[in-house]
Amino acid sequence: MSNTPTDRRYAKSHEWLKDEGDGSFTIGITDHAQGLLGDLVFVDLPEVGTAVEAGNDCAVVESVKAASDVYSPVTGEVIAVNEALDGAPETINDDAFGNGWMFKVKVADAGESDSLLDAAGYDALIAEEE
Amino acid sequence: MIYEHSRVGRRAMAQAPSEKVDMAGIPDAMLRTSQPPLPEVSEMQAVRHFTRLSQKNFSIDTQFYPLGSCTMKYNPRVCNTLASLPGMLSRHPLAPDTHSQGFMACLYELQDILKTATGMHAVSLTPAAGAQGEFAGVGMIRAYHDDRGDKERSEILVPDAAHGTNPASAVMCGYKAREIPTGSDGDIDIEALKSALGPQTAGIMLTNPSTVGVFEQRIKGIAELVHAAGGLLYYDGANLNAILGKVRPGDMGFDVIHMNLHKTFSTPHGGGGPGAGPVGVSKRLEPYLPIPMVDFDGNDYRWLTERDRPDSIGRLSAFAGNAGVLIRAYIYARLLGREGMHRVSEYSTLNANYLLKRLMETGFDAAYPERRASHEFILTLKKQAKELGVNTMDFAKRLLDYGVHAPTTYFPLLVPECLLVEPTETEAKEDLDRFVEIMRTIKQEAESQPDMVKQAPHTMPVRRLDDVRAARELDLAWKPGD
Repeated sequence: MSNTPTDRRYAKSHEWLKDEGDGSFTIGITDHAQGLLGDLVFVDLPEVGTAVEAGNDCAVVESVKAASDVYSPVTGEVIAVNEALDGAPETINDDAFGNGWMFKVKVADAGESDSLLDAAGYDALIAEEE
Repeated sequence: MIYEHSRVGRRAMAQAPSEKVDMAGIPDAMLRTSQPPLPEVSEMQAVRHFTRLSQKNFSIDTQFYPLGSCTMKYNPRVCNTLASLPGMLSRHPLAPDTHSQGFMACLYELQDILKTATGMHAVSLTPAAGAQGEFAGVGMIRAYHDDRGDKERSEILVPDAAHGTNPASAVMCGYKAREIPTGSDGDIDIEALKSALGPQTAGIMLTNPSTVGVFEQRIKGIAELVHAAGGLLYYDGANLNAILGKVRPGDMGFDVIHMNLHKTFSTPHGGGGPGAGPVGVSKRLEPYLPIPMVDFDGNDYRWLTERDRPDSIGRLSAFAGNAGVLIRAYIYARLLGREGMHRVSEYSTLNANYLLKRLMETGFDAAYPERRASHEFILTLKKQAKELGVNTMDFAKRLLDYGVHAPTTYFPLLVPECLLVEPTETEAKEDLDRFVEIMRTIKQEAESQPDMVKQAPHTMPVRRLDDVRAARELDLAWKPGD
């Protein structure tokens, strides 16, 4: 049974994106992604004020197995980062869709996220990759 | 740790320096005011401590070591013995050319041997390791484009299966690394390559056979595409064992190659150095080779320096790289000869394919079952992880209990639950068969008593380490009293 939240959208590179309704989006990696990476030991977040471009890497998550880039699914400016992850990267393992959020982006074009996957589309992508 | 045996005032007088060291001339500000925290132990304690450590060593001298992408093979002792002759070992790096003719003759001939073996136009031996060879290689690509005024090229293409050093070297030389995906057959996705190529392409870095253990079949076509876009081809020589004497990177269309002499040419690998990463180039890159190189005019050998090679990318270390590693490589190559080099690739490939076939018969899944292996191959333990909850790391740890070093795990990253196995050319059939039997046993254990496998190793001096906690709570600066 899928536990992919239906209140947000998903990128093929395994980030989730939640519309905060004020022109900003909260971004993190999916539960599936943290499962593949295994226990995280380090998270490198962008700085507040950084301009990010859709599809470009802007953060890094590192596990004992691998370091992996995190790509921003939208274009805009980073307005907040989850500083609680500093020193507690396991939060992403425990709660990828909630307390494990990574950063918030203020977007210029709110319609940009429409092209991303919905929960059903993302579940289909995972099924296909497996 | 040796510090744990330390007691104040304990000494090994026989080992102490016999004379007081003259400190005159060292500025006061640079002198210590307190004693350094050195262990204070007796000679017997030191001997026992380090002998015990050496007995715990899991090494190629005692165990099968099929560590993929690393080539942990047997390296003939005689290469080391000859490279350690006093004339080699005691030569001062600043000795004049006239006092170093024998040593330089070895290096000159090694340049020639590597040139012939790889099909390149010229070779410089000086890079001190694989990563430095890559840095030199990409540096030469940069120098070539810059020299032609072709300064808009900003990208180096790197397959997603590449060694992590490839994108790092590209970035170190001021390029942006752009990733090219691998197709389901293990070869590069040609359509993705075509769309990535353009006037911004400086070059592409390839390992062939690749890190997924298969020979890139369309290499000629890839070379044509990259050259047509104005880019150059870089060959990562990490997997040279598989093709030595059979097919040459120069003939495949590569412009620059680095070779890991510490993998393929008789220096034990994996000890953290020293290494040697000579670079070979096609004709158009020849002016940029790093210095020094050795030249021969028919009578005398001499070093080529800045004066002879003004367009060189320069020096990478104070002298000519790691001389001892180069001499071992020279002796190894001379011992093998041309025919022996053929056999290196034949046996390394035969051993890998034999092992792969037998493991598949035993019920393991190959990542690329339709492809012939090169000198290494990939199993994916996806099925075992999913059905039994026993993953690649658990298999790897359990192998230790059976006296086998684990193969490479979780690399390359694109294959899930990946086990990269490289038996090398120096293993006997009996040892390969034993490995198959051990893998069969562990597979049965994973089915009947998965928890036991998940807690392995059981017989090693230390049990399963908490690598997550070790990485999260870094503690690297131990001092007495902690």
